[in-house]
Amino acid sequence: MISNGKSKTVIELHVNGDSHEVMVRSGDTLLDILREQLGLSGAKRSCENGDCGACTVLADGKPIHSCLSLAIESCDQSLMTIEGLMGSPIQQAFVDNWAIQCGFCTPGFILNCHALATEHPNASDEVIEEWMCSNLCRCTGYQEIKEAVQSVVRASGNA
Amino acid sequence: MIPFDFEYYKPATVAEACETYRTLQEQKKSVVYYSGGTEFITLARVNQISADAVIDLKGIPEVQVLEMQGDQFIVGSAVTLNQIAESRLFPLLAQTVRGVADHNSRNKITIGGNLGSRLSYREGVLPLLLADCKVRVAGGMKGEGERVVSLSDVFDKQLNLEQGEFLLQILVDKEYLDLPYVHLKKTKQSKVDYPLVSVAALVKDKEIRMAFSGICEYPFRLGEIEEVVNNTTFARKEQLKQVVGKLPAAILDDLHGSAGYREFVFRNVVQETIDALEWAQK
Repeated sequence: MISNGKSKTVIELHVNGDSHEVMVRSGDTLLDILREQLGLSGAKRSCENGDCGACTVLADGKPIHSCLSLAIESCDQSLMTIEGLMGSPIQQAFVDNWAIQCGFCTPGFILNCHALATEHPNASDEVIEEWMCSNLCRCTGYQEIKEAVQSVVRASGNA
Repeated sequence: MIPFDFEYYKPATVAEACETYRTLQEQKKSVVYYSGGTEFITLARVNQISADAVIDLKGIPEVQVLEMQGDQFIVGSAVTLNQIAESRLFPLLAQTVRGVADHNSRNKITIGGNLGSRLSYREGVLPLLLADCKVRVAGGMKGEGERVVSLSDVFDKQLNLEQGEFLLQILVDKEYLDLPYVHLKKTKQSKVDYPLVSVAALVKDKEIRMAFSGICEYPFRLGEIEEVVNNTTFARKEQLKQVVGKLPAAILDDLHGSAGYREFVFRNVVQETIDALEWAQK
């Protein structure tokens, strides 16, 4: 049985292919630890309520809100933050489609889109919209983001 | 960040979970069972819930089951809503839970957490109430035993388990999985929102069964409403009036929708549901 008392404990997190020892309270969210102990600031702190998707990371390939996960429950998962995503087609698609405005929501969107294109290489518009509902862009650049995702999905679907 | 400290335990077996709970209780500690954790973290962050310890159930193999076993569809309580939606073994349940929260959140929200939610909606229970399902419950202060009971015995407005008990599995008979069904969810504006009205319906033995969330303070299935819905001697207008009259509690009246608006939406949703399932009654 895994257990942790009220004092801080060292756990191991597997992030972007590397293992890191971090010292956590049970109440520390994954977002807290990624940003404050590992310096991975790509996951943004925003609503902290699971509403905006700015803190999205991948846990075993699935997009989750890192503000709604405890760090301690994540130690048996393979985590990916935006810093670990290199050379993904979705990143170039965001550039090509001008799918970035202020950029605050971009890491969350890109990770979510990357997971979508990986899991559903032939995603329909309905599936794309369902997945994209997890992230908010306050600059409201949704159309460009959708076009970026569609371009990647179309490309992988034709491959 | 959660502003208070608590102990965290992740048992690997039902027996370990039960023993951990009892030990913590003997130490006079408040304990919360934890699965997806989205609601716990959300409420704890703003001090609306507190605990001395949480017991994370996800390490117990039985709560991760999602498969057919003989003539039963078994869903472990820590199976996520997206896993259920993607499995499509029970299409009505799949469609209903697909309407809960957003896609990322559904990668964490579990069916057990949805049924035990403090929020009033608990939409995941609607198809289960229609399917006369059973639940396997473990824990409690008396022993380490498990019991299998009808969901309706432990779910009245909310999940009512005894102290120290937790939901282990949901058991649905195969005969309910492929029945004609409808699920409709109406929100005020956004796709991702709490429902003004959510209805799940299926047809069994040519009778429509309906369960609702959003319209009243709690989710429910009511035989009196189903009697009216299946009474073909009523004109539709009178039928809808009767259904509204049978609601078990006052219609919700809040920021998401006034009582009047909810009633309007409710009537339309009931009508749409009956229209969609009429063919299966013949």
